Amino acid sequence: ILCRYISDSLKKTLDETVQKNDVVLFMKGTPEIPQCGFSRAVVQIFQAQGVDLSKVKTLNVLEDHELREGVKEYSQWPTVPQVYIKGEFIGGCDIMLNMHQSGDLEELLLKQGL
Amino acid sequence: MSAGITKEHLEQTLRDKLSADHVEVIDTSGGCGQSYDVVIVSSVFEGKTVLQKHRLVNDAVKTEIAQLHAFSQKTYTPAQWVELSNK
Repeated sequence: ILCRYISDSLKKTLDETVQKNDVVLFMKGTPEIPQCGFSRAVVQIFQAQGVDLSKVKTLNVLEDHELREGVKEYSQWPTVPQVYIKGEFIGGCDIMLNMHQSGDLEELLLKQGL
Repeated sequence: MSAGITKEHLEQTLRDKLSADHVEVIDTSGGCGQSYDVVIVSSVFEGKTVLQKHRLVNDAVKTEIAQLHAFSQKTYTPAQWVELSNK
């Protein structure tokens, strides 16, 4: 390993978070008060799909600098928001919107019983 | 604050690294160079899932994205692009 910034404890926490929760959303702000249009868009997509937001584990990266930087490395994804469903990384806002429009998201959510 | 990334730089980098047929970069920052929407058409996207395509793009402009506030992408294969243009 040439270069690694994410701490072992953060990695372990993230592993547990995405495994234990059906849907995990790393975002800027909270579902009630999103702090960025991209994060808001993902919350609205979940609402449009009828996903119970109380079942979506959301983490506000603006409150935790280590999390904000760490999650990018963890997912190998350079931007926030980030969505995990059943432990699997799905993508950011563009992909969620893309899947929402194509119907793939509905299919995935139904398949996963969400 | 970062100095920002120019539209031209982003466009050229995407063209070079993804051997793209077509690249469209729209500056949505109002000129400060921190927010872009891009459309990329390349045959390297053939047979890839959306996630894989986006990862290719993210990888190609990794250092640039790190300096941006917002980056939004649409990725198409040449065939998909033709189909889209005909609509």
